[in-house]
Amino acid sequence: MRALLMRDMRLALRSGGSAAVALLFFLAVVVAMPFAVGPNAQLLATIGGATLWIGALLAGLLGLERLFQIDREDGSLDQMILSPVPLPAQVFIKSLAHWLVTGLPLTLTVPIFGIFLGMNAATVGASMATLFVGTPAISFIGAVGAAVTVSLPRGGLLLSVLVLPLCIPVLIFGVGAVRAAVTEPDPFLPPFLLVSAISLFFSVLGPFAAAFALRLGLD
Amino acid sequence: MGFPSPQPVVKPLIMKLQVNNLSVNRGEEQILSDLSFSVATGEALIVRGANGAGKSTLLRALAGLLSSESGSIEIVEPEAEFADQTVSDLCHYLGGDNAMKPALSVEENLQFWQDFCGRPHLDVEEALDMVGLDGLQTVPFAHLSTGQRRRIAIARMLVSYRPIWILDEPTSGLDAASEKQFSALMQAHLEDDGLIIAATHIPLGLASASELELQTFVAESDL
Amino acid sequence: MSIDAVKRPSGLTALANPTRFLALVKVLLPYLWTATLILLGLALWMGFSVPDDYQQGRTVRIMFVHVPSVWMAMGAYMVMVSGALGVLVWRHPLADVAARAAAPLGAAFTFLGLATGSIWGRPMWGTWWVWDARLTSFLVLFIIYLGLMALWNSVEEPAKSARMAAVAVLVGALNIPIIRFSVEWFTTLHQGPSVVRAGGPSLAPHFLYPLLIMGLAFLFLFITLHLMAMRNEIMRRQIRTAQRKAARSHQSGGQKTSKSTSETST
Repeated sequence: MRALLMRDMRLALRSGGSAAVALLFFLAVVVAMPFAVGPNAQLLATIGGATLWIGALLAGLLGLERLFQIDREDGSLDQMILSPVPLPAQVFIKSLAHWLVTGLPLTLTVPIFGIFLGMNAATVGASMATLFVGTPAISFIGAVGAAVTVSLPRGGLLLSVLVLPLCIPVLIFGVGAVRAAVTEPDPFLPPFLLVSAISLFFSVLGPFAAAFALRLGLD
Repeated sequence: MGFPSPQPVVKPLIMKLQVNNLSVNRGEEQILSDLSFSVATGEALIVRGANGAGKSTLLRALAGLLSSESGSIEIVEPEAEFADQTVSDLCHYLGGDNAMKPALSVEENLQFWQDFCGRPHLDVEEALDMVGLDGLQTVPFAHLSTGQRRRIAIARMLVSYRPIWILDEPTSGLDAASEKQFSALMQAHLEDDGLIIAATHIPLGLASASELELQTFVAESDL
Repeated sequence: MSIDAVKRPSGLTALANPTRFLALVKVLLPYLWTATLILLGLALWMGFSVPDDYQQGRTVRIMFVHVPSVWMAMGAYMVMVSGALGVLVWRHPLADVAARAAAPLGAAFTFLGLATGSIWGRPMWGTWWVWDARLTSFLVLFIIYLGLMALWNSVEEPAKSARMAAVAVLVGALNIPIIRFSVEWFTTLHQGPSVVRAGGPSLAPHFLYPLLIMGLAFLFLFITLHLMAMRNEIMRRQIRTAQRKAARSHQSGGQKTSKSTSETST
């Protein structure tokens, strides 16, 4: 199991891996935002949390397409299915690896992007906290989409169409929590806990559904 | 999972792979119909047939990668060590693809499969030596030639132990010398009380091998 | 819908079952169309003959299209969920056909619900669109429908697309309550409960009866269209099977081609 985690992370971090690309993509989205809405510092700070979340969501979807596809193409998926380790556990590990090389680095770079967007310390802290608990949900929901579209030549677009609507709750509560941390009367904790709950829920449901789909998709 | 055992362990065991009235569909089409045979340890079964006769389908069904429509695939009279295990748990499946990551080195690839599959057998260096590629440990898999890649995939079966080898065109891309080397490896596996089921059109040079000829089967099925 | 349950997807039963289904559809369709048209006519006549609402004026009649569309939009998803369960649990040969045929219908009714909601919203709220909980969650439902349709269409082999789509349908079904809840939370947070909710629980009986009749008419319309879509899907698959069989028998010798062309025409 640790071997699988290490291998997936190593593959993502090698040159041409998905981790660096995801981070660059996140940077590109966040940088493009001020050009779209204008350089008004007040406005940018207000929508800062939302920008970061949209960036994280899109960057997260980016590498998901290949999550199982490369393994299927080179025959590793067959070996994974034959392995005595239960397939849902393997899917969990692979999703975790995906999160460790996309969601987690994005979360950790938030302070830098916060400077660009003129966000204050409280907003940066809240954004980091919600991204930390919320981005795993993207990886786990995405694993289902990746498993369902694994055999399609251009599954990536379809994957985004299937996964984005399912990620809407994460986005709503994630951005809601960031907003609540800034505007005084709204409580931060309920949406924050809801994001965490969604992540936990999909960390269980996602691997089982994805493993099921992978098994069914064999031929 | 962890340390590789230093020398190849000879595992005396008696078991038989028994297939009864197996039928397998692919999509809507029935590929295999009512197939029965058995293979015991120390024996090899060569599956032959024209393109589309269902060689790969049979091997994938045996390995547990395809579900069968009817019939059974069983391990009978297993040694205590292998009791209550399925063919999936006891087999190495060598398909058309090599299951290696081009971005990783040969050693990283093989080490991963050893850790992942468990039951370590030979260590990576020994396995590479067996396929005549010792010294390529640090070379990225992407830099190897087709034949070398296939030999690395064969080495994967040596780094962790499985009594059953299910091989789909194992010698594709190999030159004559490597084929001979591979026959010797298979012979050794059989003498180790292994069991081999292979699909191929070329002779594998095994002393004791029975053959199974598959006929193209046009099924009358609808929707 | 009661389709004779057959557990095994192979052999003669699989051949007989869709054929029997096609024959049944052929008999039923004229009656269903008649019932649908009568009900639709009746409901339209009733709908147009009700007096204007004292608050909403004549726009209240949009409700007679809007509300049944929304019911059918949700009902179609239920059909897809039961179809998905049918595929995964019972492996019924018609389950995927039913689920797949329901998707475009569900999308169409969702679109109709959104469009009528928007048209209704214009005079009521003064704008075509508000990020109201119901509208928003239906927009998401619409996207889910389109995504699932795309998934069905992009997997070539029916047996495989059936299983993939079934997993996606069920995961989507588990998500819908979460989406619904989050959207509710989102809208109350952002704009307060100021949105005018049309209709309301206390609907006057002279509005209720046309609505129920229209609901029934939509139900019959859905069943009719669904059966027709299933019929088309079965025929599409039969053509596909015949074509593949032709390719196979050609491959295995060529002398069977005359036989397979005769099969294609059946």
